[in-house]
Amino acid sequence: MNWITNYVRPKINSIFSRREVPENLWQKCDECGTMLFHRELSDNQNVCTSCGHHMHITPRDRFTALFDGGVFTEVAVPEPLSDPLKFKDQKKYPDRIKAAQKKTGEKDAMLVAAGEIGRTPIVAAAQDFSYMGGSMGMYVGNAIIAAAEEAVKLGRPLVLFSAAGGARMQEGILSLMQMPRTTVAVQMLKEAGLPYIVVLTHPTTGGVTASYAMLGDVQISEPNALICFAGPRVIEQTIREKLPEGFQRAEYLLDHGMLDRVIPRTEMREELITIIRMLMKLPPQVVGDLPSPQDAEADSAEAANTSADAAASEEAAQ
Amino acid sequence: MTQYLEFEKPLAEIEGKAEELRALARANEEMDVADEAAALDAKAAQLLKDLYKDLTPWRKCQVARHPERPHCKDYIEALFTEFTPLAGDRNFADDLAVMGGLARFNDQPVMVIGHEKGSDTKSRIERNFGMARPEGYRKAVRLMEMAGRFGLPVITLVDTAGAYPGKGAEERGQSEAIARSTEMCLKIGVPLISVIIGEGGSGGAVAFATANRVAMLEHSIYSVISPEGCASILWKDAEKMREAAEALRLTAQDLNKLGVNDRIIPEPLGGAHRDPKAAMNAVAKAISEMLEELDGKSAEELIRDRRKKFLDIGSKGLAA
Ligand SMILES: [Zn+2]
Repeated sequence: MNWITNYVRPKINSIFSRREVPENLWQKCDECGTMLFHRELSDNQNVCTSCGHHMHITPRDRFTALFDGGVFTEVAVPEPLSDPLKFKDQKKYPDRIKAAQKKTGEKDAMLVAAGEIGRTPIVAAAQDFSYMGGSMGMYVGNAIIAAAEEAVKLGRPLVLFSAAGGARMQEGILSLMQMPRTTVAVQMLKEAGLPYIVVLTHPTTGGVTASYAMLGDVQISEPNALICFAGPRVIEQTIREKLPEGFQRAEYLLDHGMLDRVIPRTEMREELITIIRMLMKLPPQVVGDLPSPQDAEADSAEAANTSADAAASEEAAQ
Repeated sequence: MTQYLEFEKPLAEIEGKAEELRALARANEEMDVADEAAALDAKAAQLLKDLYKDLTPWRKCQVARHPERPHCKDYIEALFTEFTPLAGDRNFADDLAVMGGLARFNDQPVMVIGHEKGSDTKSRIERNFGMARPEGYRKAVRLMEMAGRFGLPVITLVDTAGAYPGKGAEERGQSEAIARSTEMCLKIGVPLISVIIGEGGSGGAVAFATANRVAMLEHSIYSVISPEGCASILWKDAEKMREAAEALRLTAQDLNKLGVNDRIIPEPLGGAHRDPKAAMNAVAKAISEMLEELDGKSAEELIRDRRKKFLDIGSKGLAA
């Protein structure tokens, strides 16, 4: 694969799609109240520059910040049956879908992409909390399976950013069935000997936590993310007592042995590169300017010599 | 006398009347009530038939949760021999909401695991109403793994409102425990058969029901959320549980059309609690048939088929 097809052909909508002037040039941090200029905030990946509070970030913006040069290729997700239950509560499910699509500009609550981080090839999947609470339905399940299949095909690790209120009730049992389905996806990665890294973001709850979001080889969380099976309100109602400070937050889970690390979003990219390169037996990341593609090829050839690892030889083949 | 459900009130009245007549006759030998009582019996029988002919989803929820419905312990005692309970997760505790152990089914050694709700106040509290904590799922993981190594089929009996939403349960990793249990279900190279005998409540049920064959009793339910929970979130009114039960498609009949269960086990007229023995016999028959279907399959085939079964769910629909 040459440099042009590798870097220019991929959809670069990530760079050009968001040209409109944002409605609000200033956004208030909901933690400390500081007014933040939108450009400053988005440059900092929606982390408050004053108090470090992590606000919502869309999968697309996250990927733009994550992948080298903001370049990534979207991985196609097989379309599920639409509304097989003909679910209707106060609204019809298809109307809720339409509203969510309009609000987010995305098809559903998960985006899958392939690309490189610190010149380390990966597949990434990110869940969108602003799309019906990030809820896990058939599309999200298909997205995770597609991500795992792509990772296995390319011999790359999968990094998954979770964010969801749980299963999508409007898909009834079919949303619940995504728990075993996504677990099969995780097993595909494990059998292929590929790392599966979960980055839990605020909030990750319910059936999502009780399936793919808790099965990572390495479990990392963004600070202060709510991570739980049953939400704090449900628990308070059940046990009728006040819950301790910080209960079910990332740091609390870290203390209770449920996570490996809690890392700020702004440091996540470096963190992932470091961990993945070790798990993939790649040499340390070249820090500084990216070398020219010719040098890159030489580097990877070297990597292939020191390791029989599938991913390294794949990199060498490029 | 059985505990009547709300929708069975008219039936309770007729059966009560018949009972009253007979009691009067016992006290007074002159009285002949035979004809009148028989007429009431016939009326009651017809009414029972009518009531259960087309149970609404919400009524099915009530039947599935009936306190006198046979529970996991009843099935184990009736259908298995040499049941040898195995306790504990080797880490923190033994969770009595989950029963499990070695047993024989038709003389064949198996591992049986299930949720047990309890049958009186004391046992209900002991068993936490069948709502397992992480220890319960970790015990199940341990037993399934062991069954896999020794080549014993695993039979799970699902009956839970859901995993327990408690402080300690969360601190000890309720979600991770459930995820690992589902993972183990998908990993073992032995036949895994699951019967939903009452309530299949959300992730707490999936953790046991990710099986080669899933059977549901005729009036059992299986859902992502309870109708009450769904109503309070989507309708902002917990009283809309009838509508929610309808919308969720949680009945054995609807789920069969979606390929979520492979078979429906018929219940005696008026629900399993009206004739537990008949219900349990029907379950025994279904289990032996399902074991037979899987007999002779290699470990690889069992694992591959199980995965495929779940990957395929959602490709055939209910709509249209
Ligand atoms: Zn702030």
